[in-house]
This record gives sequence, C-alpha cells and structure tokens, in this order.
Amino acid sequence: MTGNEKQDIKLVLAGHVDHGKSTIMGRLLADTDSLPDGKLEQVKETCRRNSKPFEYAFLLDALKDEQSQGVTIDSARIFFETDFRKYIILDAPGHIEFLKNMVTGAARAEAALLVIDAAAGVQENSRRHGYMLSLLGIEQIAVLVNKMDLVDYDKQIYQEIKEEYHSFLQEIEIEPHTFIPVSGMEGDNLVELSPRMSWYQQETVLELLDSFENEKLPRNKPFRMPVQDVYKFTKGGDDRRIIAGSVASGSLEVGDEVVFYPSGKKSTVKTIEGFNEPEQTKVTTGKATGFTLDEQLFLTRGEVATRNGEAKPQVGTRLRANIFWLGRDPLVKDKTYDLKLNTARSQATLVEINRVIDASDLSQHQNKEQVERHDVAEVVLELDKAISFDLAGELAPTSRFVLVDEFEIAGGGIIQEALADEQTWVREMVMLRNYKWESSRITLEERAEKYSQEPTLVLITGEEDVGKKPTAKALEKELFDNGKIVYFLGIGNLLYGVDADIKHSEENQKEEHLRRLAEVSHIMLDAGTILIVTAIEISQQDLDLIKTTVDAEHIETVWIGENITTDVDYDLHIPDFKDEKEASRQIKSLLQDRGIIFKPW
Amino acid sequence: MDHLAKLENKSIHILREAYSEFDNLAMLWSIGKDSTVMLWLARKAFFGHVPLPLVHIDTSYKIPEMIEHRDRLAREWELDMIYGQNETALEEKNTFPDGNATHLECCRKLKTEALRNTLNGRWRRYRMNHNTGEYELDDSREPFTGVIVGGRADEEGSRSKERYFSARDENNDWDVSDQPPEFWSQYKTDFAPGTHVRIHPILDWTEVDIWEYILREDIPMVSLYFDQGDGTRYRSLGCGPCTKPVESTASTVAEVVEELKTGKFSSVAERAGREQDKEDGGGLESLRREGYM
Repeated sequence: MTGNEKQDIKLVLAGHVDHGKSTIMGRLLADTDSLPDGKLEQVKETCRRNSKPFEYAFLLDALKDEQSQGVTIDSARIFFETDFRKYIILDAPGHIEFLKNMVTGAARAEAALLVIDAAAGVQENSRRHGYMLSLLGIEQIAVLVNKMDLVDYDKQIYQEIKEEYHSFLQEIEIEPHTFIPVSGMEGDNLVELSPRMSWYQQETVLELLDSFENEKLPRNKPFRMPVQDVYKFTKGGDDRRIIAGSVASGSLEVGDEVVFYPSGKKSTVKTIEGFNEPEQTKVTTGKATGFTLDEQLFLTRGEVATRNGEAKPQVGTRLRANIFWLGRDPLVKDKTYDLKLNTARSQATLVEINRVIDASDLSQHQNKEQVERHDVAEVVLELDKAISFDLAGELAPTSRFVLVDEFEIAGGGIIQEALADEQTWVREMVMLRNYKWESSRITLEERAEKYSQEPTLVLITGEEDVGKKPTAKALEKELFDNGKIVYFLGIGNLLYGVDADIKHSEENQKEEHLRRLAEVSHIMLDAGTILIVTAIEISQQDLDLIKTTVDAEHIETVWIGENITTDVDYDLHIPDFKDEKEASRQIKSLLQDRGIIFKPW
Repeated sequence: MDHLAKLENKSIHILREAYSEFDNLAMLWSIGKDSTVMLWLARKAFFGHVPLPLVHIDTSYKIPEMIEHRDRLAREWELDMIYGQNETALEEKNTFPDGNATHLECCRKLKTEALRNTLNGRWRRYRMNHNTGEYELDDSREPFTGVIVGGRADEEGSRSKERYFSARDENNDWDVSDQPPEFWSQYKTDFAPGTHVRIHPILDWTEVDIWEYILREDIPMVSLYFDQGDGTRYRSLGCGPCTKPVESTASTVAEVVEELKTGKFSSVAERAGREQDKEDGGGLESLRREGYM
C-alpha cells in the first residue's frame, strides 16, 4: 500500500497558554515512533548543553526565540501517520498575543483538539479558542483534559471541568466529539489506556484521531467557482481563452450553461482544460481547474461561475456579518478597509455595530463604537462595489471574507445576510440583461485593437452654464479628427425619445432616467465607442447607479467649474474654464494618461 | 480526492493567486527536486505555459549536471530564465572552497547576498536569449515584489513556521513572531513599498510527496538524484564541495520512492548531508532570516 492511497486529515490543537498542547503532540510523536532518527536525541542533547530539563514540547519548538520565551508562537505543522491514515497536526499557540497564529493554524484544520489544564481549569482562551473554532467553521471538536498527573488522576476534577466546558460549548452550539482525561507529560491515555485512570475506559487519543471524519467536500451543493483570472497565453499559437479557478462547491460538466456573478453574464462550457492529464468532461469540488466557453464573454477576476438552474448566489453591497478582529488598531467606522472574499475584492466601510461579544465569557455589549483587537462582533459592512457571495448557513466556503487594514489581513467574517441597497433594483435589471444578452462573435478586445482605443464613458459634469457642452463637442471633434470612434450624447437627447414615456410622469423619475442613460452608454461602449455625455451636477449616488450598469473601469468623470456642489468622486477637475479647446485638451491628455487612447512620446 | 491531488490543487491555487496579485513576480528555481516540482505545478496552473521569469542563483560551485539540466529544460519549455551571482566574492575568492570562509559565511555570500541583490536588481542579472540559447546581460533592473520559492514545512524547524505568503521588509527580514494571519485561502497580497512577499506553494508537501508526484507526473529530474552505477546518489542537491552523496542503489524514481518509504532513509532527515545546517546549531534560522531559502 502506498501512502497516497491513505486519506490525510488536518488537525489542530488549541487551548489556553501552558495547558500543554505541545507536550501532548511531542509525546504522541515519540510514542508512535513518528520522529526521524536522531531527532529526539538531538533535542535532548540541546537541553543538556543548555542545562535545562528535557520536555517533549521542545521537539516542536525548533525555533530558538520560541524556546527562550517558552511559548509556541506559530502553528507548526507536524506530519505523522497511523496505520489508518496520515495526519498533519497544527499546533496553535495559546497565548492571546498570538491569536492570529492560532486562527492561521485552526482555519486549515478539519478537526480540533481543545486542551484544558486539569489543574488550572477552564481559562479565558479555553473559551475564546472554542468560539473561534466555531466561527472558523471547524465542526469536529474534542476536548483533552490534560495534566491529569498534577491532580492525582482525580476523576472528580475531570468531571467538573468536563461539565463546565460542555455547557459553554452548548451555548455556542458546538457538540463536542468527546472528552478524554490525559497527561502529555506521562503519556496517559494517548496511545494506550492508562492504568492510573482505570475509571476511564473509553477511547485513547490515538483512537479518537482515527475516528475523526474527513471534511466532507460540498459536492452536492450548487456549483461555485470564484474566477481567479482569465488566461490567454498566446505562446506557441495557443488560442485558448481559459477561465481559471478552484471549484469551491458542486460540479460542472462540458455543455453546462454557466452564469457569472455579479455580472449575470451567461455562456456554455465548451471544454475543461488541464495539462498533462487525460481529457476531463467534469470537474468537482476542490479541483484547481479551468474551462473555455462557447462565447467570448468579457470576464474579470472576482466573478463567480455558477451553474444555470442551481441556486443563485447573492449579489450586493451591504452585508450583515459575524466577524473577529485581529488587527493592531481597532475596527472603526470612519476608515476604509479592503474586503477580500474568495477572489473578489472591494473597499468596505463599517456602518453599524449591532453587538460586540466577548469571546472569553460570551458577555454582550451593545452601543460600542469600535471593535477592539480579539473581539468578536456582529456588524453591517458597506462595499463600494457589488460582489457575489453566499450566506454562511447555506454555502460556507463562499460566505467567508477577510478585511485588510494597512496591507495586513486584520479580521475575518462570515456573511449572515445580504441587505438591500439603493442600487438593488438596477442591479437586478442589469443581471437579467446580461443573462439574456446575445453575444457578438467579435470580442471587446478585438474591437479595442481595431479602433486603437478603449471603450470609455466620459462623463462631463458641473453646475449650469460652465462650458460642459461646448467642451464635450470640442472633445468629440478633436478625437474624431484623430480618427477615434467617438460620439457626443447630451442628456437632453434622450429625454424626448428613449425617455418619452416617463418624461411627464408625476413621480421623480431621475433614477430611471439615469438607468436608461447608463443602458444606452453600455450599448455604445459595447460597440467600442468613446462616448461623451454631459449632465448637470452628478452626485456620487448617481454615479454609483451608472456604475451598476457600466463597468466602473470604463468611466472617466470630469468636473468643470470652480464650485464642486456634489460629493462625486471625479477623475479630473477643471476649475478655471477658459475656453472649450483648452478644457478639451485637458480631457484628452487624461484619456492618454489612462491608456484609453494612444499617447505619442 | 487523494493526498497528492489535494496538495496539487492547493499549490496550483496559490500559484494562480500569486500570478494575479503581483506585477513583478518571479520563481526561484534551484534545479533541485522541490523547485522543479514547483515549476511543473506552474505548467499545470497555467495550462502548459510558464508566464513568469525563473531565477537561479548560480554559486558557480553547483554540480555541472545541474546547470546542464537547467538550460536544457529552459530551452525545451521556453522558460524566461534568469541567473545572478556574487561576482565580487567569486573574483576575490572569498569562499569556502577557496579556504577563505566558513560554510556559513560562504552560503551567506554566494546564496543569501546574491539572491537579495539579484531580486532587488542591484547586481547584474543574466537572461536567456531563446534565439541564441545563450545568456545575455539583462537590461531590466526592476525589483521583484513577489518571489515564489520551494520551501517545505517538513524540511527543518524554521520552515514549519512559514506562511504561504510571507512578507519580508526592506532588509529581507522575516519577523517570525509577528506574521500576519492566513486563513480561508486568503493571503497577504498587499504590501508596503519597499517590501516584498515570498510565496510558498509547496509548503505542505513532504519529501515523499515530492517523489511520488515526480513518479506520477513523470517530471524530468537531474540525473544526480539517481545511482549511476557507483552505489551513490544525491538526496539533496547543493554546491559540489558541501553536499555529499548518500550510499544508495536507487536508480529510478520508483526506487527512490520505495527507499524513502520503507528503506534505510525512512527515518533519516533529508538535509543530513548539508554542512551548513550543522554549523547553525541545528536550525537554518539565522540564515533564513537574512533571506536564505
């Protein structure tokens, strides 16, 4: 039997600092003959040279500064093997300072052993780690009551700890696999049942390990593949355009219709691609794969491929989530963070804190203004662009996100609910439009190459009579004379045609006007055009609505005039409008700098 | 999904994340088995292509077969191949084989310093011109901000602490006690100016995994890993003067796998033949903090 026929499983040891996780692991390795020859002797020799008593924990604490501090600072990975399967054991540090390392170790695990010191009893991090494990989505948890040798193997003490901790776990809805009384130092109940605890006649730690089940990959769930990238490597005449990513759940077959979210674009799987492997017609959960489509959709990293007919993912910009915070600085409201969910990325702001929970005792605090380091909280986040996701209760792998603060991952969360936002109604229309969209055989890139320009919406705004229209028309003429495919569209041009049915309606139809303008823009951009539009005093909310319809990367906003009267986030400001030629020249160089049109050197 | 398939999928996912998130990305290729497996995984990730440069630090003491193997695969697979070295130390003969440095000092100069200055573009780089098949001085001096390396967690203590994506500051320093968290397949892909990120796609692989995968995929390996008839082979490759072959008659990949799993090496550490490990008190940590791979 070769090793790779065996299953492997990742386990984590968690618990309060000094409760003996490393000792249990070291002892387990030694007692199962899992150490390389000489390793035990080498560590013992190091101890002798440094005149310090040997401990099994030192086997794991290979790093010098770790030994000097006497605490595990990271989740070391230890490999070992029983007759049944391979184990990758992650040792998570118990010191509160290193909670982010604990999370790193625990998040990879399929099962967890929580270690509690029989002499010290249930401590702050015993509870905190239990809670973190449940947030991280670890379903199989067993509890080892360690250092039984220090309490004279007293059954009563074991029972009390077991009861106390069990009721805590129930509060956070975890049903532990089992409790085992052990001594890492003496090796009791690890590999064999200990005669010193004849009152315990259930499984040993080794038997417990073998009884854990491998994480069940969510195979029978809806198909989700977050798009990592779209590859087109032309070397050697390769003309495949491959949508690449790892399957987060479900399965996909050649011939299946796929719908991408948040865009709602749809096509059919033509081939499943691979290298040095037999041709595949189907991929399932866990596979890092790639496929080609019948039609050439314009797709970017962050879209999620789904299978038509299966449950759709959520799409939105407002979400309610349970988060844990690990950042040096607290999570606050007046700051912008980056949210990463699978391959999607968006800026995010904290808009509400529903409650903060102290993970060490489950006490709850309302009216908190910020989330402190090591806190757990229920919050509402607002994103600056719509992403596709699932809810934690439905499809966990695509419900998990991290928050980045100052270049570092500072927190994690699971999405509980998608909240409606102001663009929801437009987005739904856009997704349906994309879904129904009949694609051309000519791709966006081919058009861009032919016309030597990137399709772009140039949105010129500002107060009344500041020179928007003359500038727009001058820019159109200038680009036209340069051979560009360009079109000027005054917002009034839509009013009596496209908008004729809503022009005189009673209620305020501004949003519908904007939506239609954006849809017309979308068609013009799809045709490869540079479209110049003028509109009075566009606000950020108006722009957000347009962005729901037209890709934000293809919009350039110009504000003309000294007074900026709205909150719009513009790309160019022309405060002192002198004449249309000068203003037009400034916009042209913006387009050149952005690589939208060619810039001569 | 079997063990190797799980490892393969994870590694491919990491390689693709790195490729999407870093503009100036390179992969270190030591020609050894680990980084060659990693290179193969890149071909898998990118469907037969390797769309990023490979960097080799040539100490000039590498065993000649390694350089031949490197250049043969570079031509065959059309790799964007770059090498760099510590030209000053070699000219001034400040090396262990010249008798002017200890093992560790020599490693520091020929590997660590050469690596740092090749990656940051301060020293000269040589790039293969595929029209001629020869190396030419590279005009580009741009620093690499993402570097893919082949470290494995099971090699020795300090490597078991690595993240998949690990930040290094301006001085290449690695603050092992204060690393960012890494969970849910989210990695450190944001970095401050002046810093760079090391990416470890094969961190979870063991030596046996590597060889079983080589067997499964039929990946070309340098002949030094196999007994050529004198009853010895290399288990770990480094510089000629500091790497000793082991006694072994394994002459095929299958025999190497068998020997590692059940034979005499099943409980002997892989790097036992590497001299620099012994000088550093059993860990490569001090070298590693300065950027040793």
